[in-house]
Amino acid sequence: MTDSNNPPGRRTGARAIVERALQAEQRDEDEKAGELVEQAVRIDPDEVASVLQEQSSTPSAPIHAGSSFAIVLTINGQRHELMIDARTTLLDALRDRLHLTGTKRGCDLGQCGACTVLLDGRAVNACMMFAVMAEGHDVLTIEGLAADGKLHPVQKAFIDCDALQCGYCTPGQIMNAVGMIRAGRLNSDDEIREGMSGNICRCGAYPGIVQAVLAAMTEIAE
Amino acid sequence: MNPFTYTRAGDAQQAINAFQGSPGPFYVAGATDVMQLLREDVYSPGTLVDISSLPYTQVEVGPRGARIGALARLADVADDDAVLRYYPLLARVLRETASTQIRNVATMGGNLLQRTRCLYFRDAHTACNKRRPGSGCAAMRGANRINAILGTSEQCIAAYPGDMAVALVVLDAHIQLEGPDGPRSVPVAELHRVPADDPAHDTTLRPGEIITRIDLPASRFAESCAFVKARDRMTFEWALASAAVGLEMDGGTVRVARVAAGGVGTVPWPLPRVEHALIGKALSAERAAKAAALSVEGARSAGDNGFKLKLLPRVVEQAILAAGGQA
Repeated sequence: MTDSNNPPGRRTGARAIVERALQAEQRDEDEKAGELVEQAVRIDPDEVASVLQEQSSTPSAPIHAGSSFAIVLTINGQRHELMIDARTTLLDALRDRLHLTGTKRGCDLGQCGACTVLLDGRAVNACMMFAVMAEGHDVLTIEGLAADGKLHPVQKAFIDCDALQCGYCTPGQIMNAVGMIRAGRLNSDDEIREGMSGNICRCGAYPGIVQAVLAAMTEIAE
Repeated sequence: MNPFTYTRAGDAQQAINAFQGSPGPFYVAGATDVMQLLREDVYSPGTLVDISSLPYTQVEVGPRGARIGALARLADVADDDAVLRYYPLLARVLRETASTQIRNVATMGGNLLQRTRCLYFRDAHTACNKRRPGSGCAAMRGANRINAILGTSEQCIAAYPGDMAVALVVLDAHIQLEGPDGPRSVPVAELHRVPADDPAHDTTLRPGEIITRIDLPASRFAESCAFVKARDRMTFEWALASAAVGLEMDGGTVRVARVAAGGVGTVPWPLPRVEHALIGKALSAERAAKAAALSVEGARSAGDNGFKLKLLPRVVEQAILAAGGQA
């Protein structure tokens, strides 16, 4: 890696800690890596802000040329500044860095849908997207769905229709259903099944899930 | 996943410069396929050049043609009312592609360039001439149920997995490219290349080139088209065999026929012999079956995938009859 690939400027404390944590992780020093990651999570916000400023001070250069850098994510309406490794997925950032653990990790390959969140209102797999690629977009997770302490109609319908057994896939099921109802693309049981096919339920609660989506659609339409 | 450097490009020139100036460069847009390949260590790029911010997201569609940005998401095109009206074959294929979540992210250009689902290409611990040239092909004597029966070579039997390219071949689409040597245009039918003795190169793209747009000629086959996809489950699965058909009918007689198959070839597989067997003939169940039988001319089974020799003609026959309104 040459200097031209890195944002100009000093090695900040934040960057150094992240890099050390990653190196420790590479060497399988789990405990040490864990400690350093904890430190990195608690990095002084001012330092992250200074890295952000540094990165944006060269407008003609491509953005974020580097293997670790600061990003800004908007999650559930809140702005978060983070130092990350380039490989960090949106799911990693949500769960491991921001401790928003309602979004679940299942297959980590885009096949099961447990990690579904809304990106600008559309359902996406958080495991299939690098965190840096979510910059500039609004991310909504299951934690941000209920408004004013009142469950979203889809959340309520999943409870009313008993649309789950173990519940691990439920946040992803609900987020995809919310996205599809918003898009207005569900007009029949078959379309619900097709639209929800990116969400696997190993307990097999599918009949209840279809019922819940129908019930929520009716409630939202009213 | 091995460490890499990330660069986000704001326009095509920045992207091409970053590509040329970086060690081990790789373009990424929707990342849905790239992410899987990175996780499995099939790809170990030095630099990921993110082109998802480039301004190629338009979906401009009318009766006289379509210009679709390569960075338009599959859902943007699948759910577009004008696409449904003027290019229903494309809308149909996209609605049968992947899942809601993937369609919301995966791009049109990226879909064309998705890599094979061959189990051995995606398992970095096995021999694969496409992944590591000269290492051999574990699929030849392995679990090759999903592999190709057409366009294979002694080196590679990996099937091209996509369906959209199959529809775009029927629709005579062209892609527009930007690259280090300037812009150029390539028919979708000439984008993918059969493995022959160089399986590592899936396409005729030159290093650093970016697909910017997919262009369709004036609306055709909107009245008489069909797409049939046989797969292991009803949804969110790649094709074992698929067929896209566009017909122009003159009463009960076929005036123009375009037919191509997916899931069976090392590239989207055009079927000119099937087309010729239909043109000028009255469409009937018997005629469709006779024409469809020609779809497996030159096809070779590698073992587990032998069932495709029977499956493909049936899928093609069904698609011909559906396009002609006789299903």
